[in-house]
Amino acid sequence: MIKLENVAFKYREEEAYALDHISINFEKGKWTSIIGHNGSGKSSLVKVLMGITESYEGNIYIDGKQLNNDNMKDLRSRFAIVFQNPDNQFVGATVEDDVAFGLENMGIEREEMIERTDYALKLVDMLDFKKHEPHRLSGGQKQRIAIAGALAMKPEVLILDEATSMLDPKGRQEVLSILCDLHERLETTIIYITHDLTEIYRSDKVVVMNQGKAVAEGSIDEIYRDKELLKESNLKVPYTMELSEALLDGTYLTHEMLVDRL
Amino acid sequence: MLSSMLLGRYTPGESVIHHLDPRAKLISVILFMIIVFFANDWLGYGMLILFVLAVTKLAGLSVRFLFNGLKLVLILLIFTFLMHIFLTKGGTILVEGGFFTIESNGLITGIYITIRLALLVVITTLMTLTTSPIELTDAIEKLCKSLKAVKIPVHEIAMMMSISLRFIPTLMDETEKIIKAQSARGSTFMTGSLKSRITALVPIFIPLFMSAFKRADEMAVAMEVRGYKGEEGRTHYRVLNWQLKDTIAIIILLILGLILLWVRQ
Repeated sequence: MIKLENVAFKYREEEAYALDHISINFEKGKWTSIIGHNGSGKSSLVKVLMGITESYEGNIYIDGKQLNNDNMKDLRSRFAIVFQNPDNQFVGATVEDDVAFGLENMGIEREEMIERTDYALKLVDMLDFKKHEPHRLSGGQKQRIAIAGALAMKPEVLILDEATSMLDPKGRQEVLSILCDLHERLETTIIYITHDLTEIYRSDKVVVMNQGKAVAEGSIDEIYRDKELLKESNLKVPYTMELSEALLDGTYLTHEMLVDRL
Repeated sequence: MLSSMLLGRYTPGESVIHHLDPRAKLISVILFMIIVFFANDWLGYGMLILFVLAVTKLAGLSVRFLFNGLKLVLILLIFTFLMHIFLTKGGTILVEGGFFTIESNGLITGIYITIRLALLVVITTLMTLTTSPIELTDAIEKLCKSLKAVKIPVHEIAMMMSISLRFIPTLMDETEKIIKAQSARGSTFMTGSLKSRITALVPIFIPLFMSAFKRADEMAVAMEVRGYKGEEGRTHYRVLNWQLKDTIAIIILLILGLILLWVRQ
């Protein structure tokens, strides 16, 4: 679906590459997680993917078509993104206005807009909050609205850039379960960027980033077994994993699975 | 005290006034502002007061609620009243003190002007109480549409207004957080001389500005990736719907104006 080939990028004032010639293949309908600690290049990757910065080296292919200045707007309109801070991406004065914002920009007819707004709000289970103002919502609810805003545009790829890092555990769980549900039902391609290893249990593929490089790529199990790598990349192994290692066979388990096994 | 302040606040409701088109409300308030100046006797002012009371009733609000919420404005009203009483001369002398006199003209103009001011405050408050800020922004955008011909970026201004309005509660929360953080570090904001209290605000404003700029930056990126590229080719989710009752509201205002002109001395 999206293929990065030797993509590199550096900030104007800096010497070192923020993204150091990385190649990643994001497959259609799959959940790919990108993990890395602060400053590992995760956000730069988003910037390049979403075209927030245009000065990168290397090639990006979308469905086999190379991204260039002419087709960029068109191809990128198939992506939607949810950012970290729920407050700073809420444009509308009410929930429904915010969900419709992207549709308004696309110039969609009003009837269809209403339909798609309701559809997206139903997907994240927030239809009852349609008329609410953002400051009356919790962080988790705001992020769900942001997801609805992204879904209303019917994207093929949904990118989440640390979308749960500012939420409390409850909000985080809310957002994650909505995402899992969507991934199953709509088969949306998901690119999930995080530094929290407990959040990636749904991934089909995990990419570990460190100092601008993609240092490893593999299934959750493969990544988790490589303790050295995680340590080098400054990533914290979840306690479930440590328990599994100590008591069981060391396969990756979520909290519930671990309880069951024990 | 500030929390009960009604100026600029919105109270959701289902009254007739709430459901009027915001454009109708805006035009009516402007008309009313003109009409207020037609009255120049007791009958005129009496009619205006009755009108405002009727609107308050229709909006489902009580006079007491308005009065409590506008107490701060009362200070301004009393000040205006006193200015007129002492400074406007003419007519018969009512009270004679050592260095001031109160004359009948002063008393009457004082009362008239105070009523006029109070009416204006109440009617505009009624508008903001019954119209959500975003509806008002829409109304202003639609009513100012023709200004686009003279290159005034009406859409952009309306967009800025609606985003600013949306950020007011967010920034309020932020201010509170910063105050708490600075208090925890030993800053005091409530004691000391006026000068020291003002300088104590600097460590609140600087972090607030910093975060506001950061928010603005992130917001701009979020808007861009959601395809915002200005007004061109944009459709609108929110539409205003001018109905018969909106026309009726304007007609009532015009009739009121005509009657006042007619009874005017």
